[in-house]
Amino acid sequence: MIEIEIDGKALQVAEGSTIIEAAHQLGTYIPHFCYHKKLSIAANCRMCLVQVEKAPKPMPACATPVTNGMKVFTHSEQAVKAQKAVMEFLLINHPLDCPICDQGGECQLQDLAVGYGESASKYQEEKRVVPDKDLGPLVSTDLTRCINCTRCVRFTAEIAGFMELGQSFRGERAEIMPFIGKTVDTELSGNIIDLCPVGALTSKPFRFSARTWELSRRKSVSPHDGLGSNLIVQTKHDRVMRVLPLENEDLNECWLTDKERFSYQGLNSAERLTKPMVKQGGVWQEVGWNVALDYAAHALRDVAKTHGGAAIGGLLSPHATLEEMYLVQKLLRGLGSENIDFRLRHSDFSADGKRRGTPWLGMKIADIGGLDRVLVVGSFLRKDHPLIAQRLRQSAKRGAQISILHSADDDLLIKLTVRAIAAPSQLPARLAEVVKAVAELKGRPVDPALATVGAGDTAKQIAASLVSGSKTAILLGNFAQQHPQAATLTALAQELSGLLGGSFGFLGEAANSVGGHAARAVPGTTGLNAAAMLKEARQAYVVLGAEPELDCADGALALAALTQAAAVVVLSPFKSQAMLDYAAVLLPVSPFSETSGSFVNTEGRVQGFHAAVKPLGETRPAWKVLRVLANLLEVAGFQFNSSEDVRAEALGGQPEFVSGLDNGIDGGALTLAASANGLERVADVPIHFADALVRRAPALQQASDSAAPAARMNAATLAKLGLVAGERARVDAGGTAKVTLRRSLMPVCPMAWCVSRQPMPIRSRWVRCSPF
Amino acid sequence: MALIDTINPLLTTGWSRGDAGWRLKDYEARGGYVQLKRVLASKMTQDELIAEVKKSALRGRGGAGFPTGLKWSFMPKAATEKYVVCNSDEGEPGTFKDRDLLRFDPHSTIEGMIIAAYAVGAKLGYNYIHGEIFEIYQRFEEALGEARAAGYLGDRILGSEFSFDLFAHHGWGAYICGEETGLLESIEGKKGQPRYKPPFPANFGLYGKPTTINNTETFAAIPFILGMGGEAYLNLGKANNGGTKLFSVSGHVNRPGNYEVPMGTPFAKLLEMAGGMRGGRKLKAVIPGGSSAPVLPGDVMMECSMDYDSIAKAGSMLGSGAVIVMDETVCMVKALERLSYFYFEESCGQCTPCREGSGWLYRVVHRIEHGQGRTEDLDLLDRVTDNMMGKTICALADAAAFPVRSFIKHFRSEFEYHIENKKCLVNPDVQRAGSGFFRASSTAGAA
Repeated sequence: MIEIEIDGKALQVAEGSTIIEAAHQLGTYIPHFCYHKKLSIAANCRMCLVQVEKAPKPMPACATPVTNGMKVFTHSEQAVKAQKAVMEFLLINHPLDCPICDQGGECQLQDLAVGYGESASKYQEEKRVVPDKDLGPLVSTDLTRCINCTRCVRFTAEIAGFMELGQSFRGERAEIMPFIGKTVDTELSGNIIDLCPVGALTSKPFRFSARTWELSRRKSVSPHDGLGSNLIVQTKHDRVMRVLPLENEDLNECWLTDKERFSYQGLNSAERLTKPMVKQGGVWQEVGWNVALDYAAHALRDVAKTHGGAAIGGLLSPHATLEEMYLVQKLLRGLGSENIDFRLRHSDFSADGKRRGTPWLGMKIADIGGLDRVLVVGSFLRKDHPLIAQRLRQSAKRGAQISILHSADDDLLIKLTVRAIAAPSQLPARLAEVVKAVAELKGRPVDPALATVGAGDTAKQIAASLVSGSKTAILLGNFAQQHPQAATLTALAQELSGLLGGSFGFLGEAANSVGGHAARAVPGTTGLNAAAMLKEARQAYVVLGAEPELDCADGALALAALTQAAAVVVLSPFKSQAMLDYAAVLLPVSPFSETSGSFVNTEGRVQGFHAAVKPLGETRPAWKVLRVLANLLEVAGFQFNSSEDVRAEALGGQPEFVSGLDNGIDGGALTLAASANGLERVADVPIHFADALVRRAPALQQASDSAAPAARMNAATLAKLGLVAGERARVDAGGTAKVTLRRSLMPVCPMAWCVSRQPMPIRSRWVRCSPF
Repeated sequence: MALIDTINPLLTTGWSRGDAGWRLKDYEARGGYVQLKRVLASKMTQDELIAEVKKSALRGRGGAGFPTGLKWSFMPKAATEKYVVCNSDEGEPGTFKDRDLLRFDPHSTIEGMIIAAYAVGAKLGYNYIHGEIFEIYQRFEEALGEARAAGYLGDRILGSEFSFDLFAHHGWGAYICGEETGLLESIEGKKGQPRYKPPFPANFGLYGKPTTINNTETFAAIPFILGMGGEAYLNLGKANNGGTKLFSVSGHVNRPGNYEVPMGTPFAKLLEMAGGMRGGRKLKAVIPGGSSAPVLPGDVMMECSMDYDSIAKAGSMLGSGAVIVMDETVCMVKALERLSYFYFEESCGQCTPCREGSGWLYRVVHRIEHGQGRTEDLDLLDRVTDNMMGKTICALADAAAFPVRSFIKHFRSEFEYHIENKKCLVNPDVQRAGSGFFRASSTAGAA
């Protein structure tokens, strides 16, 4: 520790800290623009100049390391003179038209100009004008306002991983721009809006729709990926106008993904279901809640009476709240059905009954940064978990070795140690090779089932990297969890982490992937899982928040099962044509912004939230709807007065973290499927397609990540099939789709191909691909 | 015009034959690479070498005048990956000495760099050559080829244990790339913008590795220092100002060009060597060290001698040794306008005071020159320059401010006249006559 003095106050700070960090520790504010605690030091705005004893000139507080005995004066005459001088320079070319600027009222420059600016400018010359740039559908530019702090540039380079913005030209003509003809396409692009200290980068969907001081602020939790980012939902007149990050160093730090930031647009979608509806004689009618609930109760009671409770299936969105899931499973179990599942995209359920507990990340999210060796298995990491990818990106920069075993060679913008790309059917075998190689390096016996496995060079490289570390983790991504041999992958990961003495875990697919287990929204021993209840079609379904035709592993099968059912009761914030086709009753329930509830994130953290706005139209919180429905069905135990009551019953109290987290499986078979030949399909869940809300967010749907479907395959596969990149091709895999072919430059496994970015009516893993 | 005049030629020994004397064989005939051979053969230690350079009181010839031996001694001994970089990005208006050094005698710089690399333990070096002298870059590449072929560069130089290779890199003409850390950024392929210091290049230089970066002339002096010994070199000049120095004399003199004179030579002598004032006119002002150095009135300058200390005492800087001579036909407002435009144009745009201030200065001076000055403008310029100085990452803001402040300080009446009367104190016809552009032929002959 070093002893210094700031404005006469003595304090101890860690060696290597800068003056601004020390001042922060003391609660002293030093004005600044370019400095940001998560970005590298640029020291270019010069606003943070302070006086340092014995230094001949003012020093930038952001870049000057403290030295023992240093005396700093942040408000001395010299310091304030320097700060005022910089403010004058910043303002000479900055438009002084705050009343028409979208940033007005929440602008760092405006705020500091009050403290350090003059009331009139001495600058009488012409002001600089900078042409605006098209950064895509999310970020709007007003570059004449730019003060060239380069926070946005450093963000894209350092946090998002690829320098999509740069400062071109020099001197007074310097301007921030993307590559010529390109937009900013990172899945984290919205953060540059927050970072911009002036109104140069603003939110395209939000700008000019409200003033910051007109907005009410509510804390909330992101309903999208498993991280559980904390949100500030800003509302006006009971309408969500904007979503900003709520800083939480343990989760989202100060960032948000674009999905989390802009999906609120879907809340105000024209497809919102605002009134209960029932289908009578094939005709939809808007009805009152009494009628709709009676209708739903009758329908379910009839099926239960006639065919038994097991004829009812419950399909729950993993983005539903813990309380909603808990009540649906309680209701269905009350009706005698064990057919409840929220793991809609999974295809291998053979681990059910063998699990020791709730699958989770296996560690705290904040501990990811402390790992020195990581193997990611089966994950479109950057798109499925942008902020976890970001954490790993920083780890890799600090020297952690990150490797990936996956079926698509997406650029993760992470410095990877080993990249192993294999066809989906080969993933278990390749992971087994790593297990074998690690066992050999460690001189440990290996499971007899793996006796015949021979480790290849890539597996040996991964193994060498893993055993050289002290804190290892094997992270199974969404693709691994949805894999047809997910249980085998899990068992192998368990074996591997056992050998390494590290941890293994699942990157939570959705906001409530852990919460679903905690809410017991999984089938009992006699029940059918998500896949089985579609294969063995039920008489009736209760659908909560999901659109099974889009959210299930086999959308076409889901559609068929729902269509043939006698009664489908849908609780959803949205309506769609498909829903109108298969449902009997539509109950409008609140999205996350209009209800209270909780999400349990991938590390098991229970995060409750309250409604930010009133329910839209006749919409009601789902937990209330379910309570009434259960009462109508005379299912006991639904005397809840609040969502907190529900949570308390579901979790046995109000814990900060759910109990029973355990990734272990007992008796998991390490059987490896024989290698297969043929063209395999690698389909991701496109980032802006993963749930009902984001599918209805117009700006996100225009983003580059929402581009039209395309098949990607490498040159060898294209040549083998007689196909030409850039042309349309017919894809046939139980269903048929017409897609554009893109050549993958990366050496994707020759037999694998990817249909990316949109769901396709394709059932089989095995596909044929022919010229269209 | 290779060499016009000199006292004690060292650096310019090889210049007398003009473009005919730059090749390796010519350099060797002049005693080139003898010092390198001696260093390698005698297995001189790094400390001995650095001590010799320290003894010579050689100070950085790029402008800052930092003691070279001291700079070399900052290089961490333990580091394995180190670089030496030569700054030939000679962009300062008025300076043209490195260009001629590399043109007429590139091997002295190469030899100097190899010896420097030996002294600091570097394996790799770069010479960053200004983008606007491309033919010089080409010549240097050719010279490097010769040196490589002769075994002066590469693995195990001349059979010794020492390996070093040197590459040329040409910039694209940005003045800011002459700032050493901006230069390093540029070599790395990034936008040429100075880095915040500390850390200094000796700890965190090229690609983040310890780096010694010196001016061309500094490196070129090394073989001569070793040849005559540090003490003898020091004695050529005066205390704390060792050796000889190249001065690029330009402006209203009869024979503009590079002159090598011992440090401490009176300015009057240098002016005399340069053929005296053109047309016998009166000396009005001199910028003694490149455009960023404060201007000095002619009479003050005539009392100065050409060394770091004397010029500093007079209130300016020796800088890179670019002596810009102005006679009585010069309108100081116009001259300043041109200089201010240069800094406005060349600011990298990184730091707020420089990015915004350099344009502000130019616009105000431009306005005064064009008859739209206001009475408060001189105070404004004083305030803006005061706000720019010492508040930026590199010294470009200071470089932009110094001329403005010194021009106004020494020639305030001309500025006031301009503002009041909307025209030049110096009659335009006189200015035209002095510029020489409108005369059919130049008077005094060049060598």
